[in-house]
Amino acid sequence: MSKLSIQGVEKTFPGRRGASATRALEPTSLEVQDNDFITILGPSGCGKSTLLRVVAGLETPSGGAVLLDGQPVSAPGPDRGMVFQSYTLFPWLTVRDNVCFGLRERGVPRAEQLAVADRFIAQVGLRGFENHHPAQLSGGMQQRTALARALANDPKILLLDEPFGALDHQTREVMQELLLGIWEEHRKTVLFVTHDIDEAIFMASRVVVMSARPGRIKCDIPIELPHPRSYKVKTAPEFAAYKERLTEEIRVETIKTLQMEA
Amino acid sequence: MPPSLFAPLKPVAPGLRTVLGALCFVLFFLGWGIATYGGFVKPLFLASPGDSLVAGWGLFTEFGFAQDIAVTIWRVLAGFALAALLAVPLGILMGAFKPVEAFFEGFVSFARYLPASAFIPLLILWAGVGELQKILVIFIGSVFQLVIMVSVIVGSTRLDLVEAAYTLGASRRGVVLRVLLPAASPQIFEALRLVLGWAWTYVIVAELVGASRGIGHMIIDAQRFLDTGQMIFGIFVIGLIGLVTDFLFQAAHARLFPWARGR
Repeated sequence: MSKLSIQGVEKTFPGRRGASATRALEPTSLEVQDNDFITILGPSGCGKSTLLRVVAGLETPSGGAVLLDGQPVSAPGPDRGMVFQSYTLFPWLTVRDNVCFGLRERGVPRAEQLAVADRFIAQVGLRGFENHHPAQLSGGMQQRTALARALANDPKILLLDEPFGALDHQTREVMQELLLGIWEEHRKTVLFVTHDIDEAIFMASRVVVMSARPGRIKCDIPIELPHPRSYKVKTAPEFAAYKERLTEEIRVETIKTLQMEA
Repeated sequence: MPPSLFAPLKPVAPGLRTVLGALCFVLFFLGWGIATYGGFVKPLFLASPGDSLVAGWGLFTEFGFAQDIAVTIWRVLAGFALAALLAVPLGILMGAFKPVEAFFEGFVSFARYLPASAFIPLLILWAGVGELQKILVIFIGSVFQLVIMVSVIVGSTRLDLVEAAYTLGASRRGVVLRVLLPAASPQIFEALRLVLGWAWTYVIVAELVGASRGIGHMIIDAQRFLDTGQMIFGIFVIGLIGLVTDFLFQAAHARLFPWARGR
């Protein structure tokens, strides 16, 4: 049985003030196996974030169903940890209390909360920053804290919605390695949305390409690069071959999107 | 003066800031002094700074003005506390739950425009001329404003923070108590500071009618004797108390919400 099963999920946003309804997502199906690291790649506005938000339970699909371990998903819950593109740390809490947030909401004893939080804070390389507030952190540090916060809940699946999208290129590459390192250790099932081709290949065990709006899955490409991967793999010929193919796939969709807007 | 000093939104050095702020007060007193000591305005209409100070000294030593001040402060705090006690929880409920907002919003917006001072004759009829009537004027003047402000503040909490909390397993109750409430607290505190300022104008109005003590009563009494010095001193004391409360609020804000600094 698949870890996560997306079955014919579609989404239409109702039109507001007489505007016609927007079809964001064609019926989409995707099977995610345990320990998969799937990147969903697509041009902006293709509905990839909508798909992820449906899995998270933050958006109700117009049709279809999402099953996690065979159980239908209807509302957000701690079994699906999420990291957003925007900085969503609670500004009034320290790094440590941000990471404890989910555990606290679930009534875990404080001593255990702290032990878990300190472990994940160390894992994302933020030891020494436990008592800092988010405003005192750089963007990269905030997203690392958000990652630790999601991991601390020990979710069945990790949903990442362009988590490094707002970071500068160099920070972004280091963050990719950090996340991949964590994945190689814990083998969490991950669904990672991005529009960056290098990022999609580097992180993934499978890259799912989505078409221009209304989004549907265009192709599903397994990435057979060995683990552990270092940044050096990005200059390998196999990597370049994947990149060439995906660049073609995405380019067509981007042009379609631009024509639609024109 | 270099022209760069007046570039839009350019910050000013802290030292210069203090100097400029003090300079405004100095010019104010200078203008006042010139108008009165220079004989441009008759003392009957405007007392000089010196005479006002002397009148103020007299108020404290001969007329027990300290007690007037205490009575007025007590009324403001009592009326304001009652208003906050009702308005803050109600505003939070309205901001968090849209049906509650839909129910109260129309009425509160209407009530907000009812002038508190127009209630004074009615309140005297209902509650007499005692403390309760004064407190009710302040209450009516503050409560509706505060409800709307708190409701707007809570309602504008960042949605992505709420979503993040849900994905971390927070219940609805958890979202209200541990996301909406802390996220809105600094601004609610700021709203309280603003409304407290307004409460001061209501208390004076309330004391102008049917009071036997209080700063407002003293001012009306002084008018009877055409003692502009006492009147001006009374008004100044109110301004001074406002300045001190503002300072206390700001200090408390910095202490309570260090994470919100510079936002």
